[in-house]
Amino acid sequence: MHPLARMITKGSTWASVINFKSSPFAKGWQNRVTQSIQWVLCFLCCLPPMSCATEYLTRDEFLQGAFDDSVPPPQTAWLRGELREGVKHILGHRYSSLRIRFWRIDTTQPRTAWILKEIGKELPITVGVVVDNGVIESVQVLEFRESRGGEVRYPAFTRQFESMTLTDQFQLSGNIDGISGATLSVSALKRLCRLALYLHDYATAIE
Amino acid sequence: MFQKTYSRWAFMALLAVSGVSVQADELDDLKAMLNEALQRIEQLENQQNEIAVNQEEIVVVQETIVEQVENSASSQLAQWAERTTIGGYGELHWNNTDEKKEIDLHRFVLFFGHQFTDELRFFSEIEIEHNVAGDGKNGEVEVEQAYIEYDINDSNRVAGGVFLLPVGILNQTHEPNTFYGVERNNVEKNIIPSTWWEAGVMFSGEFSEGFSYDLALHSGLKAEKNGVFTYKPRDGRQKASKAAADDGAATARVKYTGMPGLELAATVQYQGDMTQGDSSTDKAQAMLWETHIVYNHGPFGLRALYADWDIDSRDAKAKGRDKQDGWFVEPSYRINQKWGVFTRHSRWDNDAGSSFDTEYEQTDLGVNYWPIEQVVIKLDWIDLDAPTGKDDNEGFNLGIGYQF
Repeated sequence: MHPLARMITKGSTWASVINFKSSPFAKGWQNRVTQSIQWVLCFLCCLPPMSCATEYLTRDEFLQGAFDDSVPPPQTAWLRGELREGVKHILGHRYSSLRIRFWRIDTTQPRTAWILKEIGKELPITVGVVVDNGVIESVQVLEFRESRGGEVRYPAFTRQFESMTLTDQFQLSGNIDGISGATLSVSALKRLCRLALYLHDYATAIE
Repeated sequence: MFQKTYSRWAFMALLAVSGVSVQADELDDLKAMLNEALQRIEQLENQQNEIAVNQEEIVVVQETIVEQVENSASSQLAQWAERTTIGGYGELHWNNTDEKKEIDLHRFVLFFGHQFTDELRFFSEIEIEHNVAGDGKNGEVEVEQAYIEYDINDSNRVAGGVFLLPVGILNQTHEPNTFYGVERNNVEKNIIPSTWWEAGVMFSGEFSEGFSYDLALHSGLKAEKNGVFTYKPRDGRQKASKAAADDGAATARVKYTGMPGLELAATVQYQGDMTQGDSSTDKAQAMLWETHIVYNHGPFGLRALYADWDIDSRDAKAKGRDKQDGWFVEPSYRINQKWGVFTRHSRWDNDAGSSFDTEYEQTDLGVNYWPIEQVVIKLDWIDLDAPTGKDDNEGFNLGIGYQF
């Protein structure tokens, strides 16, 4: 058992710090609260350490889902000239890479899949977006690295983007209800969805 | 060029095989020329193949260069900078009310964070309040957050150091562009009391989709013994500054954010002894209960909060401070991306244990303008109805806030 867990289960350190046991006020439910806290801490300390840079979906899983296991080879959109400026206009800054990969069955199919990254508060969020004929078909969070705001990965949130298009002002065509306390992560996802729609229009227009 | 040459030879060859009468030596010449043409065609085909191979190689080299540029092991300084984050916020207020007429850089805050490893990080927040700090000055310099956080696993993490307590709506998220009103609401300010930080250890995480918890063991309040501030939580904050630690406190919160736009949360806190072992009075164990809702759907928004203190102390009871509570309701409407309006009705009472009229009541009405998401200009009108013997207050506030 983890030393911290062992210390907590003995009930000495924290209980004495907050004087639960030494007072008549600490009888009854407060003792039960103390014990519950001790066991929760014990349980948490016994869990194996893992990375919180959580990968919810691999790139291959996302693509196989998007293309029913017939994943086409990747294509590259080089961010230069007009395209680079357009991306900068949408994100408010340069994209973190010189080129962006995307997937498309062939030039007759107006359906593309994009894997994009953007910083939420401090760390990048990786998002997969499928766009069909200028309309968002699906949005999935592949990796979320921040310690707060992970609710953006829930389907209840990402489903809001489905069927949205890009307006002439490069905005999403509908409203997205945010998540309290995760404003920056929500904003990052909105920017990435606008970016996917913009890149889709660019990639399908040049054919 | 190639096509023209090829056409000429082909035409001549056609003539040769179509029965046109020519001399034998001319026929030999034509054969030689035809062979030469075929050789040239073969050479051109080979050159085309080479060009195609070269193009593939160029693409591979291009990709390699880009990947090397993007993933290059840069200098140690650059690597450190990549793992270090800086942010902040600030707000300037102009208060033009019966109570005060002043301009104040209320807060200027800087965040510094550093990611040691994928699992271990540091975060801090340094705040300058009221612009000028020092002896006889109005302001303060405060370290509101300075903690190390470790990811125990995918869903749970633990933080140790000085952190903001998980209670209320504004205590952990209070950048000016995220809420309505120039000044923070009085219920969270006077009852909870925000902004509230303590030193200790805090476990946080998710236990089901949309459900999260925080559980903190930390330093406690030290209530003022006498005077107008006695047993007021706001004036009992020790701010982790040589804080008396005879008795600690524990805070637990459960929060639901599984539905877009909705946050439901409840916090309970236990204080071991708000006097921190003061032998001249009896122990003051205390419980804080707080619950709130934040809901945004389309242009409509709603915030509502209730908080209640129960202090188990004869001394606090004699001073009418054993019960302290408050609530507010704040509906809002987002006209478009840049404009939003709100109204707030608040009631709070730090002397709810007394038999007198001691409750404050305030109504706010205002507008926020966001030229961009991170910058806000706020204007609001306030009407405070104070209890008997206290001054009412009315007027307007104007503020500018920013986050970066």
